[in-house]
Amino acid sequence: MAEPTEPKKEEADYKRVHSFPLIRHTDMPEEMRVETMELCVTACEKFATNNENAAKMIKETMDKKFGSSWHVVIGEGFGFEITHEVKNLLYMFFGGSLAVCVWKCS
Amino acid sequence: MPQKATSQKSKQVSPKVASQSIKTAPLKAVKPAVKKKDDENATDMGDVADEWMQGKTLLKPPDQLQLSEAELKEELTRVLTANNPHAPQNIVRYSFKERCYKPISNVDQLAIHFSLDGNMLHKDSDEARRQKARTSIAEEYVADSTAVDGSEDGRKENLGPDEEKESEDKGSRGKKEQKLTNQFNFSERASQTHNNPLREKASQTEPPPRANFSATTNQWEIYDYYIVELQKQERTKEKQKAPPVKKEDEKSKKKQSTTESQSDDITKVSPKVVQILERMVNQNRFDDIAQDFKYFEDASDEFREQEGTLLPLWKFQYEKAKKLAVTALCWSQVYKDLFAVGHGSYDFTKQGHGMLLFYSLKNSTYPEFIFKTDSGIMCLDIHVGHPHLVAVGFYDGSVAVYNMKEMGSQPIHKSTAMTGKHTDPVWQVKWQKDDMDNHPNFFSVSSDGRVTSWTLVKNELMYMDVIKLSVDGVALEGQGDDQLPTMACGTSFDFHKQIDYLYIVGTAEGKIHKCSKAYSSQFLETYNAHNMAVDAVRWNHFHPKVFISCSADWTVKIWDQTINTPMFTFDLNAPVGDVAWAPYSSTVFAAVTTDGKVHVFDLNVNKYKAICEQLVVAKKKNKLTHVEFNPVHPIIIVGDDRGYVTCLKVSPNLRKMPKEKKGQDVPKGPEVEVAKMEKILSLLREPTSAVKK
Repeated sequence: MAEPTEPKKEEADYKRVHSFPLIRHTDMPEEMRVETMELCVTACEKFATNNENAAKMIKETMDKKFGSSWHVVIGEGFGFEITHEVKNLLYMFFGGSLAVCVWKCS
Repeated sequence: MPQKATSQKSKQVSPKVASQSIKTAPLKAVKPAVKKKDDENATDMGDVADEWMQGKTLLKPPDQLQLSEAELKEELTRVLTANNPHAPQNIVRYSFKERCYKPISNVDQLAIHFSLDGNMLHKDSDEARRQKARTSIAEEYVADSTAVDGSEDGRKENLGPDEEKESEDKGSRGKKEQKLTNQFNFSERASQTHNNPLREKASQTEPPPRANFSATTNQWEIYDYYIVELQKQERTKEKQKAPPVKKEDEKSKKKQSTTESQSDDITKVSPKVVQILERMVNQNRFDDIAQDFKYFEDASDEFREQEGTLLPLWKFQYEKAKKLAVTALCWSQVYKDLFAVGHGSYDFTKQGHGMLLFYSLKNSTYPEFIFKTDSGIMCLDIHVGHPHLVAVGFYDGSVAVYNMKEMGSQPIHKSTAMTGKHTDPVWQVKWQKDDMDNHPNFFSVSSDGRVTSWTLVKNELMYMDVIKLSVDGVALEGQGDDQLPTMACGTSFDFHKQIDYLYIVGTAEGKIHKCSKAYSSQFLETYNAHNMAVDAVRWNHFHPKVFISCSADWTVKIWDQTINTPMFTFDLNAPVGDVAWAPYSSTVFAAVTTDGKVHVFDLNVNKYKAICEQLVVAKKKNKLTHVEFNPVHPIIIVGDDRGYVTCLKVSPNLRKMPKEKKGQDVPKGPEVEVAKMEKILSLLREPTSAVKK
């Protein structure tokens, strides 16, 4: 898919096209999923340069909305194995380079 | 009373003298009095009193002054002063100020000889008040806790002066007079209730379910996933563009499904669905019975020579028809699992409503069709060609035709007094072949002696009396109005299987008449069959000459229509309710008796005894009323007077076919059956004819 002849254009195109949030894995109910996704997008756009703050914002908002002990990981590359409460996990990509993992486990 | 300070005397006397005068004066005063008393009482009291008195003689100190009366009476005045007579007056002390001894003017005059700290308080002091308050609380408590029966007045008399004062004090304190316990009739009681033992109970809720999830994120994974997603989106876009019509279809489908899901309410479920579900449930529930019905063959039959058994299968009952006797049974010739049950009562005194029910073997728990009738049903018949038409005869003499296609509770046709209904219970109805104009028609027989033909013409039920039965053996055809013909009571009839016009009628008098539709004036033959009412007559399914009859006189008889006397007579030791030929053999028939037994005969096997005699009702009180063979399956249904219908499987011995010979094709079919019957009859005819000769 990536053609080596036009790497620059490809990259620009990629950045433009791949800005939408993309849910990789979730087991949340519909309503909760939409809300969480929007929250993640808002946080990542607000703190575009500071993933830590974005994660903090997401965590605190989720704690308020859905009860405590949410955990948020935002990064460009990481591996994880987590235990989460069923129906309380969202793993999504955003902006073409960010991965956000939100889960609840108290 | 609390006292602390000693009262002061007005006259101040020196202590010594005063004490003496006090001591002596009473002694002298007492002595003469005592002596006087002694003198008076000496005679009365004797030595005891003397001794008692002697013990009290006062001792005098030896150095006591002997004073005369006058001296004793003399009053000596002493003045008590606060000055201590023993206190030294001349105490001097050295004064450093003036450098000389100086007498001290103020000498301590106080001498303490005896001191006792009393525990009395003045009643007006604070401490005393506090003490009073304390004790009164305690007293009140005691008073309240004890109940006293005695009256206040009576109690006051018993009180001493001190107590009286106390009570006055209390009164002055403004308190209620406390109740005292009755000392003579009072006992304290105490008890303690049982304390329930304590138990610990602990529980722990289940933790919310958890799951593990693991993944690895890096840039190329994110990239790949985005690419895949984009491709997916493109594909869906193409699809959306290509078939826009399909989408609409989908939408409409969705709408349909939503409307369907909205009508999820159980009341809106169509009865058909419920019926199917009910059958499914019953199929599971009665699976073992269904298996028995289809496959079970009594293995022990092989070891019994001739006898067979009946295996109970389903039991049919309907809550609302529980107390109604089964008065009619009829299998549908088209739907082999469907049969009709007529409910009513044979008891003249207990006539009420009736019930027409249709059961299927596929659902034994609930009838397929239910028709409630005002009068008890006496008989019914399902049309062979039009299986939805059911003719019913009622106790009130009317006949009706029900249409199963119309689920109303009313019949589509019903005879009235205007349209020639019977005046007595209708004992049997039978559909005939459609007439020349293709109108369905049926016959009925009643106790009023009429055999009537009914024809369904459009919306009407046309009737025609075929014959009027009379007692004296000849059918009377309106022979003058002067003599009323005494009518015979028809109780059953059956039409010949092959000869269209021929039929036989059983009567309450015990006679059986062979009649023809062609002649309404006379009987072709009259058989003196029974001593009591003929309950049922039936033509053999195969042999054209043979019919069977049963009666309440305990007998079942088999007839050759050409011969006046019965070919066979079986005594079953109980009134016979019904008899039926088996559809698979010319020689097999079943009879039910009121003692709850089913008798199955096979003339080919045993000409004298039933090859099966089985009690099939739960209680002996239940009377069996009717029996009917299924047209194809080897099962029979029997009805009893409690409203139960029992389905029974006929064991192999009871449906024995001619033994197969090796290498030979066993001939089957009606001819064989006719021949089989003929053979048995011929065996009998010869001796009977011999007897006649």
